[in-house]
This record gives sequence, structure tokens and C-alpha cells, in this order.
Amino acid sequence: MTAAAAADKPKKLVIICYSGELEKTWATMILASTAGAMDMETTVFVTFWGLQTFVKDKKRITGENWMQKMMSFMQRPGASHRPLSKMNFMGMGPWMMFKLAKKYNVAKPKDLLEMAQAVGVTFLPCQMTMDMFGLKREDLIDGMGEPVGAATALQLMTEADSTLFI
Amino acid sequence: MANLDIKLKVDASGLSCPLPILKATQGIKTVESGQLIEVLATDPGSVKDFDAWSKATGNAMVEQDAADGKFRFVLRRK
Repeated sequence: MTAAAAADKPKKLVIICYSGELEKTWATMILASTAGAMDMETTVFVTFWGLQTFVKDKKRITGENWMQKMMSFMQRPGASHRPLSKMNFMGMGPWMMFKLAKKYNVAKPKDLLEMAQAVGVTFLPCQMTMDMFGLKREDLIDGMGEPVGAATALQLMTEADSTLFI
Repeated sequence: MANLDIKLKVDASGLSCPLPILKATQGIKTVESGQLIEVLATDPGSVKDFDAWSKATGNAMVEQDAADGKFRFVLRRK
């Protein structure tokens, strides 16, 4: 393969979106949207706490049994309701972060998520996490791919030029 | 400065990373291949970022200058 042909082949990025905290969600969304803008074939495998970010903002309670319902009640789902891993102060921390973001014209995770989808980034929910938390397809935001499992994630990772676990 | 035929101007002044890149991407997709867009930014990181973005996407950097903390990029759609 010539150098020119190698340069034309799109780079592949895989992000494992595992965490649900605001600062890590921010990192995922910044990198995913920018990678899409750089014409990288970008796939985000959304698992465990990360999946809470992809529940519709308006959805308050998710799950089928009382444990799943209580879990969703305790940690409000949605891209706009992520807690900070430190200095959360019952939501005061994220509120201040959003005030600062507005002041310095920093895009919020939710906006970046929409921009990432617009530039063709694929978000794949983890089937096992959906089952365990009792999440249904209609609980999740529109435009997500088919739910998949660890084998698909690993196959994507081995074929990627770069992989991140956030 | 050469008289360039700029099809679209994208003002990303005041916006933080990665918004100038995302706005430029949205903008360049609205013009035809070979046409030029001009991007204005104030984020100092955008100088290196637009260089990286240009190399990654193949949208060529035609002109680039900086004055008074304002950065200007002219890019040609691949």
C-alpha cells in the first residue's frame, strides 16, 4: 500500500464510555465529536454507568423492579444530570461548572453529544447493562445503534487505531 | 493578501475547544469540494488544532494569520 493510500484510509477510534460522572462524560463527548469532525470512524460503546448519560433527559424513573427503579431515583439519568466525581455538593458543583462553561463558551456534554451524532459518530449501548438496569430502547436517546455485547466491543477495539476507556 | 473567493465565513470567536473545529466542520460541509471557507477564532489552541484537523481531513490550509489575539484560517474543502 502506498503512503497516499494509507493516508486516505480513515482512522478508527473506539471509546468505551464506562463512567457516568460529568467530567468524564465531558471528555468522552469532546473527543467523540472532534474525532467525527476529523473524519475518523468513531464508535462509542456505552456501558455500565455510562449508559445513564444516554437515557432521555426527561425520563425520571427507569427500570422494571423496585431495585432498578430505586437506582434510577438515586442517580438521576440523562446527559444534563451528570454528577461530579468530586465537589458534587448535592448538585451545586455541576451547577457551577455549567455557569463557568457558559461564561467561557464551552459546549455542554449534551450539545457535544448532538454534534457527535451529526458528524456520524456511532453510539452502541451495552445489552447486558440495559438488562441489568431494566433500560428499554425507548428509554434511551434517539439515534443510538443496536445493543451489542463485549465480543463486538473487543472486535471493534482490535480493529481500531486508538481505543480509550473513559 | 490574495483576493480569495471565500464561499462561507465561520465566526468562532470567543468559543472554546472543540467548538471552532466543530463549527468549521459544519460549515465546510455546506460548500462544494474545492471551495474555500474562512474561520475566525480567538482560542489560541486553535492554531495547532486547525493544522491537525486539516491534515486529518485533507481539507487544505490555504491561508493562516494571526493579529491581536484573533486567528484566521482559510480552508479548501477536499
